Amino acid sequence: MEPLKPFSASLVPLPIENIDTDQIIPARYLKVTDKNSLAEGCFTDWRQDPNFILNNPRYQAGHILVAGHNFGCGSSREHAPWALKAYGFQAVISTYFADIFRNNSLKNGLLPIVVDAETYQALLDLAEEAPEAEVHIDLASQTVTLPNGQKASFPIDPFSKTCLLEGIDELGYLVKQMPEIEAFEASHPARVQTAG
Amino acid sequence: MSKTLFEKIWDAHVVSHPPNSPAVLYVDLHLVHEVTSPQAFTELRQRGIKARRPLQTIATMDHSTPTTPRGADGLIPVTDAMAVTQLKTLVDNCNEHGIPVFELGTEKQGIVHVIGPELGLTQPGMTIVCGDSHTSTHGAFGALAFGIGTSEVAHVLATQTLLQNKPLTYEIRVDGQLQEGVTAKDIILAVIANIGIGGGTGHVFEYTGSAIRSLSMEARMTICNMSIEGGARAGLIAPDETTFNYIQGRPHAPQGADWDKAVAHWRTLPSDAGATYDKQLILDADTLAPMITYGTNPGMGMSITERVPDPKQYSDNSQKMALDKALAYMDLQPGQPLLGHKVDVVFVGSCTNSRISDLRLAAEMIKGHRVADGVRMLVVPGSQTVKRQAEAEGLHKVFVEAGAEWREAGCSMCIAMNGDQLQPGQYAVSTSNRNFEGRQGRGGRTFLASPLTAVASAINGVVTDPRTLVAERAFEVTPV
Repeated sequence: MEPLKPFSASLVPLPIENIDTDQIIPARYLKVTDKNSLAEGCFTDWRQDPNFILNNPRYQAGHILVAGHNFGCGSSREHAPWALKAYGFQAVISTYFADIFRNNSLKNGLLPIVVDAETYQALLDLAEEAPEAEVHIDLASQTVTLPNGQKASFPIDPFSKTCLLEGIDELGYLVKQMPEIEAFEASHPARVQTAG
Repeated sequence: MSKTLFEKIWDAHVVSHPPNSPAVLYVDLHLVHEVTSPQAFTELRQRGIKARRPLQTIATMDHSTPTTPRGADGLIPVTDAMAVTQLKTLVDNCNEHGIPVFELGTEKQGIVHVIGPELGLTQPGMTIVCGDSHTSTHGAFGALAFGIGTSEVAHVLATQTLLQNKPLTYEIRVDGQLQEGVTAKDIILAVIANIGIGGGTGHVFEYTGSAIRSLSMEARMTICNMSIEGGARAGLIAPDETTFNYIQGRPHAPQGADWDKAVAHWRTLPSDAGATYDKQLILDADTLAPMITYGTNPGMGMSITERVPDPKQYSDNSQKMALDKALAYMDLQPGQPLLGHKVDVVFVGSCTNSRISDLRLAAEMIKGHRVADGVRMLVVPGSQTVKRQAEAEGLHKVFVEAGAEWREAGCSMCIAMNGDQLQPGQYAVSTSNRNFEGRQGRGGRTFLASPLTAVASAINGVVTDPRTLVAERAFEVTPV
C-alpha cells in the first residue's frame, strides 16, 4: 500500500444518517472477482435521482464525502470502500462509523475521519456555501483544517495510523508474527477439522 | 477476577498483544463463500502464500446462487454469467488451497450460517469468522463469531489470525416469558428498535435472562444473527444443556471421551457471577408483541399494532431527515397503521429464519389456508439438509398446496443478487434481516417480521397480526 500523504480536497455533503453499505454498493454489483470495477455501482441507485448530490455539477470535483452519523452500517462487504475509492473519494468524514466499514476503509487507504458534531456542521456549511473550497487533511497530526484556518483533530488508533503513514500492509505484518502463531498452535490443538 | 463469556473466549485466543498494536487473535474456524473471498485468494496468489489451515476452513455457495428448482439433469441451473464465473472461481480457489467446498446443490450446501451449526462445526468457546456480517449467528453457541472484510479473509487464510482491538461488552437481558404468537425474531427486532442500529457499535452483545435461556438453539441463532443490525459485530449466548443437546451427534461434534472433555470445558465458559458489562439493556419478554419494521433500517421497528411514527417528533434534524427519507421510500404516511397494508410478496428464508423449526412453524400456520390471491410467497430452506428434512416431514407439500413456492437452498431474496428479487414498488413481508433501500431488489420495500407474521400476512394478503390467526387455530407455538 502507498503511504498516505497529506492532501487537500473539496467536500461532497451527504447529511443522511445510517447510510448502509447496500446503498454505497448494491449487492447486484458484488458478483465481480476483482476490486477495481466498482465505480459504476457506487451509490448507483441514489444516482438515478437527478437531484442526488453526486449528480450536482457543483460537487463534481469533491473527493471527501461528509456523511451522517453511523456511516457504513450493515453488510461487511469491503466492496463499499473499494467502490468509494474507485469513484474517487479519498476520505469520508462523519460523526460515527460502523465498525466493519471503518476497519475495511483503513485497510484500503480510505480515511474514515470522525469529527464532533460542531465540526461536522461547519464542514456541511462550508460545502454548501463554497463547494470549491478545499479542506486539508493531515494524518500525521490527525487534523482537518478548514480554509479559514479552523482546525479539528480526529482520533485514529496508533497502529492503523502507522500502517497508513508508512504504507505497511497488515498481511505482511501478520506473516511476521508466524513464530508466535506457531507457538500458540503448538499448545492449542485445532478445535475442528472441516474435512470428512 | 470475574470474567464474562466474551472475555474468557477472547483471552484464550490472544496469540500476542504488542504495545500500541491490536491483539493478534487466533481463529478456530473460517467460513468462506463465493462473494467476499475471490479478491482474498488473489491477494494470496500474488504473494505466493498457501492457506495455512485449510482444514479449519470450509466453503459453501449461497449468495449469488439461484434457488430455482433443479432441471431434468438434477442440477440447479445458473444462467448469470458473472455468477457462473464467481462460483467457478470459488471451486478453483478451494481446490488450489485444499479447502473443502460444498458446491451448489450438493448434499451439505447451504447458507454459510446455517451449515456451520448443523454440521456441528460451530461449537462453544471457539472463534469463528467469515466475510459476512451475519457471522454473529454462531454466537448462539457461546462462540465469539463475527463478520470480517475481504482483506481480513486474506489475513485469516494466510495466518489463521486477525488483528483485533478488544471490543466492549453489552448485556442484553430478556427476562419473562413470550406470549403466544411472539417469537425470538420479535425479541431481536424489539432490541434493535430500542437501541437503534448503531447502538451496539464497538460492543459485543451477550444475551442473558430467563426468556433467552428458554429458547431453542435455532431461536437463539435468530437472535444472535441480527446482533449486527444493532451495530454489534458479535452477539453471544452462554452454552447450556440446550446447546450441548443440539451439538451432540452432529457430524463434526466431538465423540466419546472427547465429547465429555469438551462439555466439561464448555461448562466453564458462562460469565462468572459478578462479571460486569460496559453497557446493559433490560427487556421484559411478557410485554413484547409481534414486531414489524416500517422504515429502511432494522432499527425502524415497532409493535405490529402501533402506527408509523411522525418525523416531526424528532428535534434532531438529521434524524428527522432520515425518517422523512425512509417514509418517502416506503410510501408510508406518519400515523398510518401497518396492519391491513397490502403485501405483494412474502419471503420465508435467510440466515435469520430458514431453519427447520422456522419452516415447521410456517407450515403449521399455513396448513389449511391459501396464500392470498395476488401474493407471491417463497419458502427458501437454509440448506440442502434443511430441505431434505422438511421434505421428509412433508412440509414442502403443505407450502405448495397453499400456493407458495418451494425453493432450493440459498440466501435468495434476502440479498437479491441471485434472481430472487422484488420488483420496484412492491411490498414484502420478509423473515430476513435487512430492510435497507433496494436490499430485496431495486425499488422494493421490505417489512421485516417473524415467520408467523409473514405467513399470517400471506394468508390475508395484508399485514396481519399473527396472534389473530394463532388464536383462531389454537395451536401451540412451541420452540423446537
